[in-house]
Parts: sequence; C-alpha cells; structure tokens
Amino acid sequence: MPLLDVKDMSHSFGGLKAVSNYNLTLEPGQIGGLIGPNGAGKTTIFNLITGIYKPDEGEVRLEGTNVVGQRSNQIAALGIGRTFQEMRLWRHMTVLEHVKMARYSKLSYGLFGAFLDSPKRRREEEASTELAMEYMQLFGVDQYADQLVVNLPYGAQRRVEMARALATEPKVLLLDEPTVGMTPEEMVDMISVVRKAHERFNLAIFLIEHRLRVVRELCQHVQALVFGQVLVEGTPDEVQNHPKVIEAYIGEQEIDF
Amino acid sequence: MAATSELKQQKGFKGLYFRFYGGAPLLGVLLGFLVCTLWEMIIGEALASVLLLPKMPILFGLVTMSKVFAGLINLVIKDTPFEWFTLIHVPMAMIYFAVVYAVPLAVVIRLTGRTANAVARSLQQLPLIVTVLVHLGFMYAIFHFWAELSDYRLISLKLTLVAVLLTLSLNIINGYMGEFSCSHPGFMAVGAYMSSFFTVGLFVNDKVLGDAVLGIPLAFLSFPLALIFGGLCASASALIVAIPSFRTRGDYLAIISLAFLFIVKSFFENMQSLGGSRGIMGQPDWATLPVIFIVVVIGVWAINNFVNSTLGKALNAVRDDEMAADAMTVDTRKTKMVAFLFGAFWAGLAGGLLAHVLRFINPAMFGIQKLAEVLAMVYFGGLNSVYGSIVGAVSISLLGEVLRPLEILKWIFIPLLLILVMIYRPTGLVAFREFDVRKAFGPKEVD
Repeated sequence: MPLLDVKDMSHSFGGLKAVSNYNLTLEPGQIGGLIGPNGAGKTTIFNLITGIYKPDEGEVRLEGTNVVGQRSNQIAALGIGRTFQEMRLWRHMTVLEHVKMARYSKLSYGLFGAFLDSPKRRREEEASTELAMEYMQLFGVDQYADQLVVNLPYGAQRRVEMARALATEPKVLLLDEPTVGMTPEEMVDMISVVRKAHERFNLAIFLIEHRLRVVRELCQHVQALVFGQVLVEGTPDEVQNHPKVIEAYIGEQEIDF
Repeated sequence: MAATSELKQQKGFKGLYFRFYGGAPLLGVLLGFLVCTLWEMIIGEALASVLLLPKMPILFGLVTMSKVFAGLINLVIKDTPFEWFTLIHVPMAMIYFAVVYAVPLAVVIRLTGRTANAVARSLQQLPLIVTVLVHLGFMYAIFHFWAELSDYRLISLKLTLVAVLLTLSLNIINGYMGEFSCSHPGFMAVGAYMSSFFTVGLFVNDKVLGDAVLGIPLAFLSFPLALIFGGLCASASALIVAIPSFRTRGDYLAIISLAFLFIVKSFFENMQSLGGSRGIMGQPDWATLPVIFIVVVIGVWAINNFVNSTLGKALNAVRDDEMAADAMTVDTRKTKMVAFLFGAFWAGLAGGLLAHVLRFINPAMFGIQKLAEVLAMVYFGGLNSVYGSIVGAVSISLLGEVLRPLEILKWIFIPLLLILVMIYRPTGLVAFREFDVRKAFGPKEVD
C-alpha cells in the first residue's frame, strides 16, 4: 500500500479548471518532484492535498484512509506536513516558539491546564522545549532560539521553516519551492538539508521546484504539470528532455540549470 | 553592574529614571511607595494647609493643577472670572508631590537598594509563590493605605483595577489574536446584569427583582459565585460573535461585533423585568478593595498563564499567519473560539465587579463610549502584552480623572494623545512584551 495515494483529483475555481484528474503515489522513503511553468497549478495541488481547498472530485489517501473533507489542521496532525513558497513564518514569534507551536496537536494538558499552570502543563511544555531544541540543532538554528524570525538571515528562515514542518512529525513532507530566491550556495546547502531530513526521519518527500538541478539531485520520480494536467512523468532526465515539456517552457521562462 | 551603569549614562527619561532609582528591585520600589503612603497619612493634611492648598491633593496633585489650567481656559474662551491667586496652587502642588512622593521614594530606594536586592535574591531560593505573595502583600498594603485617605481615591482605585482586568481581557482578542472586536462592553453588560441578577435577586429587597429569596448571613461569600455566573453568561453570549469569526476577519468582524454590542444594549433596555433603561440598583456593597484586588490578581495570573502556553501562543500564530498555523496542526477554530470565550469570561467578570463597585447599572453605561474607553486603554498601553494592559488601563483611568476639570475639552486631549501614540508607537507603549514573574520580581543588580 502506498503511503500517499491521490486518485483522480480535480478542482476548479469558478469556470477555471485548475487541476484535472491528477494522480500521485508516493511510497515510504520516496522523493517525488513536481515541475511546471508558473500558473500550472502546482501549489493548488499542495493546497488540495493538505485540505486548504477541498477537491471537487477524487481522493487523497494517507496510509489507506481518505482524508478529503477533513480540516487542514487535522490532515497535518495525521501526518502530511508542508512548507510554503513564501515561508509564512509568524513575524512576532521567536524561533523556539515556532518549533514548539508545531507540537500543538501532541499536547494533552488542555485548556484548564493552560489557565491554571498545572504541573502537567509544565512537564509537557518542558519536554516540548527540549524536543524543539533538538529539531533546531539538527537544522543549525538553535543559536537563534530566542530571536524573532524576522531578524534572521533568509537561509536561516528557510531552515526554521523546515524544522517547524518536521516538528509536526509528518509521514509525508510537501516542500513548495524550497530553494526559491536562494543564491547557488544557499541552494546547495538546502539540498543537503532536505537530504538530511530525508535520511534522518525516513520521510516521503514531494517537492515543487523550478530549478531542475534540485530536482535532478533529489528526486527519483518527477511529474511535469501544465495547465492543471500531468503532461509527462518519469525519471528527472526523461522528463527534462521530453519535447512536450520543453515546448511548455519555451517562451514562458528560461530553464535554470 | 555594567548594564546598569550603561543605563545611567543614557539620555532621556530612562536615563533620568535610572540615575535616581536605578538598580532597585521591584521590592525596593514597593517599599518606597509604602513609606510614601504612610508618610502622607502623617503629614499630608498639615502639609497641604502650609502650602496654601484648599485640600489635600488626591491624585498626586495632578487634579489640583488641571483645575487651575481649566480655570485659565475658561477665562479665555468663556470669560469667566479667574482667581489669579489660585495660580500659586501649581508650584505648591509640585512641592507637595516632591515632599510626599518623589523625595521619600528616592531616599528609600537609595538607602535600601542593596538590602532589597539581597532580600530579593534570597526570596529567589524559596518557591516562586512566596516571592509573589510578598510582592502582592506590599502592593495591597500600598493600595490600602493610599485609598484610606479619601473615598474618591478608593473608588478611583477600584475602577482602575477593574479597568486593568477589562483591558487585559480585550487584549486577548484584539492584541494576542489580532482581531478587531468591538463587543466588549456587551460582554461586560451581560456579566454586570447577570451577577446583579444573582446578588440583588437573591439577597436584596428590590423593587424590580422582588424581595430577597435568601437572607442568610454571610451571603457575601456567594459573591465569587455571582461573578463567575456573570462571566459564564458573558462567555455563552460570546458564542454569537465567535462563530462568525471563523469566516470573517478584519472589518467584517468589527461590524458584526459592533452589532452584537447594540443588540445586547437594546436587549437590556427592553427587558422590563431587568429594570429596562433604568437598570438595576442597590447591589450589595461586596466589591471591597481586597475582593477586587484578589479577583484582578487571579484574572491577570490566569490570562498570563494562558498567553504564555503553547495553546495561548496559538493565538499569535493565528494572527500572524492562519494558513501556516493550520499546517502546523494548530486547531485554529478552537483557538479562536477559546480566545473569544475566555476574553468574554473575564470581561463579564469585570462587568460584575463594576456593577458592585458603582452599585448601580443601566444599559447606557455599556455603549459606544465605554467601547472607546476600553479600546483606548488597549491600544494606548500596548498590544499583546500584560504590562501594556496595565499601563494602558492605569494611564487612561488616571488621565480621565485628572482631566475631569477640563470638562468637554477632556475629549480633545485624550484622543489627541491617542493619535500621537498611534503615530509614534503604532502598537502602543509597551507592546509585545512577555510578563515573566521571576524576572519582574527578581533582583536587579548583580554585584
């Protein structure tokens, strides 16, 4: 049984068919990629899988259970973690608070525990701080623990976002353009960060990328999406050199090797 | 040590403050204030007559000064006669303030700074609760002696304490969660009416609510129950605002919550069985200073606990980016619901306290003007901060009392001040500051 199985998923915004008959299977430990020109519907697919939009048709199965119709926080708690293209960090919160927040669904002290500062709350908060520090160490952001994220350099912000996403203990991690806006050095760094996360937690990862180098280095399987439909899928080399893919990109933007 | 001497070099208010009072822990400052209040009890009356003041200054001489100012303004705009002799009240009030408060405070803090630090350090070895109780004991003693000198002081102090709780409860929604809710006076009204319904209905012979059902002695022991009942009713009514908050944000929620405020107000205006527009009066005199002090301390404690827990920080996550909060497993619906219900609970409780301080309520008290007042306190003091709520509630209450002699002009000065704060500190005076009891009550200098 695949870990994540998306079957015949379609969605439209008004009259615009944003995604049609989309299929995806991810096995445990597999890294998949999704490429395509701007506006092809890549982020929409992420939003459909994570429950931000509800697909008009189709199923999203995580370990066999259909998660369509659940709220996005429930889907996240079930094990589909994600990052965002525009990061979406919380600007008034410190790095430590970011990572601890991702443990929200794991806390059990309840509201009255929070109001009354119960011993259980103290224990759980302490344990959660310790665990958060481990995640932060793993991504090399522990020295920023008490700083507001907005004061961090861009690369560190990206790593905070990764630490935060992994602290939810996902089974599948969706990365939305993890290297967008990065210099080539930062990009190389990010590739190793993704690898590290993959090896350490034995995750299945599915990522959107514009940079084919990232896709080539990380992914075993790639889909090319154009106008909401998968045009070609296969290994990175097959997809990259496919005439249809080249056609879709030309005139649209340059391929950044 | 280095940090303190650096602070002493600083220019401006902070530097000035540190040159006089620097290095003293809160314990020393509280001791200083206690000495001041006791000192005022001894010499206040006599000093006032020596300084040719008509009576003892009530609020640090500020009202005395603003009365003179108001007289001058009336002379200019209305041509009312002005007794030029009263000009002398201004320097005399300043002297009074210096002799009674500023100088003794500085002397005590200077003299006891080292000892107070040592005491604060040794208190740190004990459980936190001991430190907290010692500080609260000092605070209460100051309030008690300070308010003993005049009834006006007592009622101002009570109202200010209630305002602190109210401001903090609104800060949960407008600051920590970043929504703009206008329904707070509505929650207060529900709390005030329901707790009055409880106390007046059960224990007082009243024209509207009928004779006392119960007449047991020690009935005031049920006052906490009455307050909690009021708070819970306010929470229940908050559901009406909380549910639309899942779908609307920003301006729309502001309009819905404003509508809620008017619904509540006209509901009570038309409920003849609750006194209609005349309201309810004759609440038993149970909201004494110690009761209010304890309730407000518990409220601040519970709210502070909540906003510092991960469940409470979820409010910030929802405010700063709701989509990211959802993706990080935060139950955003529950979070919003809790913020509204919890905020409304404390607002209702504050409303109940207010009803029993004033011992009379009517629907007109819980209108737009109240809303403006409490919003001003929140935004002036600072969003997302317990300190900010205290600063906001105290300073706006104090300003309101001080500027009272200016009558209608008061409503030019206070909004003007608010505009200035919004321009120069858009999030308020002390925004986004965490209240850490250990830090606040701990020693200040390491030497």
